[in-house]
Amino acid sequence: MSLQPRAMRDAFLEQVWEAMADDRGIFFVTADFGSPVLDKIRADFPDRFVNVGIAEQNLINISAGLALEGYTVFAYAIAPFITMRCYEQARVSLALLSEVRPMNVNLVGVGAGYSYALSGPTHQCYEDITLMRALPNFRLLSPADHVTAQHLFHHCVGNRGPKYLRFDAQALPVIYERKAPDMEAGFHVHKKGNRMCLVATGYMLHTALDVAERLAEKGEEVGVIDLFNLTDYAVERLASALMPYIGVVTLEEGFRGRGGLDSMLFEFIARRNLQSRVLNLGVEPAYRFELGSRAELHEKVGIGTQSVLNRVRSFSESLPD
Amino acid sequence: MNQSDLQSKASWVWRETLAIHRRAPETRLASSLSSVEIFVALYYGGILRFNPKNPLDTGRDRCIISKGHGSICLYPILADLGYFASEELHRICEVGSFLGGIPDPIIPGYETVNGSLGHGLGVATGVALALKSKGSDKGVFVVAGDGELHEGACWEAIMFASQHRLDNLHLIVDNNRISMLGYTDEIVSHGDLNGRLTAFGWDCGEVDGHDVSAVQAVLARQKKTATGKPKALIARTLKGRGVPGLENAPLSHIINPKPELIDALLETKS
Repeated sequence: MSLQPRAMRDAFLEQVWEAMADDRGIFFVTADFGSPVLDKIRADFPDRFVNVGIAEQNLINISAGLALEGYTVFAYAIAPFITMRCYEQARVSLALLSEVRPMNVNLVGVGAGYSYALSGPTHQCYEDITLMRALPNFRLLSPADHVTAQHLFHHCVGNRGPKYLRFDAQALPVIYERKAPDMEAGFHVHKKGNRMCLVATGYMLHTALDVAERLAEKGEEVGVIDLFNLTDYAVERLASALMPYIGVVTLEEGFRGRGGLDSMLFEFIARRNLQSRVLNLGVEPAYRFELGSRAELHEKVGIGTQSVLNRVRSFSESLPD
Repeated sequence: MNQSDLQSKASWVWRETLAIHRRAPETRLASSLSSVEIFVALYYGGILRFNPKNPLDTGRDRCIISKGHGSICLYPILADLGYFASEELHRICEVGSFLGGIPDPIIPGYETVNGSLGHGLGVATGVALALKSKGSDKGVFVVAGDGELHEGACWEAIMFASQHRLDNLHLIVDNNRISMLGYTDEIVSHGDLNGRLTAFGWDCGEVDGHDVSAVQAVLARQKKTATGKPKALIARTLKGRGVPGLENAPLSHIINPKPELIDALLETKS
């Protein structure tokens, strides 16, 4: 039986809802943002569910206060707002304070990248990886399907400290059909290749798998890695996984060359003395107002399947034999 | 403590604060002098329950300092109460000391981060919600400046607290009416702050913030009453109180009085 596509937030919130029945130590706070599963949480646990209204700064501060008193907190809002509207609250009351106080606050942001394709650039989110990974003590989690999202719940409960989960807003096809990825590793090797490896996060894993399949049809086997834990992956294992490749391509639904996944990989490869050259693919840094489907928007900004395919092919040609 | 003991404690804290600033000019003197009586009332007036041996004792009332710069006067109080050794007061701002020009939560007795303004009330509101939710009878006290009430996040918390009937939450505004570059009335006036907080659903009192007994009395009364409303106390204070040239000067936040003046004041008022 194959798993149906499901929104990450619903799969994740289902876990929260189940856990809240047994664990009185969980609090759920939202900035007036919902989901079908959230309705169950507010109906069943009204004493531990709070809507702060459209007030993300207060969302973070209230969550910090609850966490100081020992609650495990899930704070929920649209991705650009839960990261950028309240960045200093996240810095001061979560990143900084958790340096000296045990706190478990999990920011659940919905709408990574272009998931809100028709809502325009205020609701799209291309800066969050860069910004949130700049904050020490924060863990940054970026799943590619709802199975991963669901399993991240236990990771959140089991690991103290502030976290940011960047969820896609759409119900994406299931990638981890049979087994969830290894949470300890923080990444998953989907496929091994010969010369090149695509490293993707979030939605872009779907594009990477698509591109790899098309290249395979033409006889070029490329590796594909899903990096879903952007802060706490198994360093040695990732280094070994990347070791064989002369070319690494990073794929993110975020601004290109602005400190996101691509910067992480550039740094990682340099620090580990790996010999790979890197092609970084992401959204060309600009704000665009055109409407279109996600696939159309992706082609326009350089991360659509066709754009990626073309650029990976040229990259491949530029690599030594 | 009786009224005259509170009074003399306040005088002692005022002198200690001057002496600290004399040794560590990086500390903010003017805004620390406006809040002396507030902290004396809280810590010596029987308002707060606290445990210096275990600063994060769950049985404590939470006292969250939001105006960090302006709480240097709390250093001698915490030392006096046994949170840390008094010798530490002689190392303020020195390499290796945990007592900085702006306090940090590594100082025993400080709950949260307070260097960046406008965060304390929101976090305190979350703490108050948590305590209510657990059925705890502990209170949460926040000391904030009027200047930082310009931060919008404060008003998000103010609206939230009344909505959730957090009558275990106490906001004490050190209303010295001066922020860094001048009088708040001339920058962005809070107008009738009492009226505004009342309109937002708070139980609001107002008092001469340098009358330690009066501050103590209002806080004690507010603590006893359970009205379903969060409580605010507007303490009318003077920035740089008691220091000629500093008191109520619009730029007092960034003025450092000359060491000779401090020496003379410590001489005459001791």
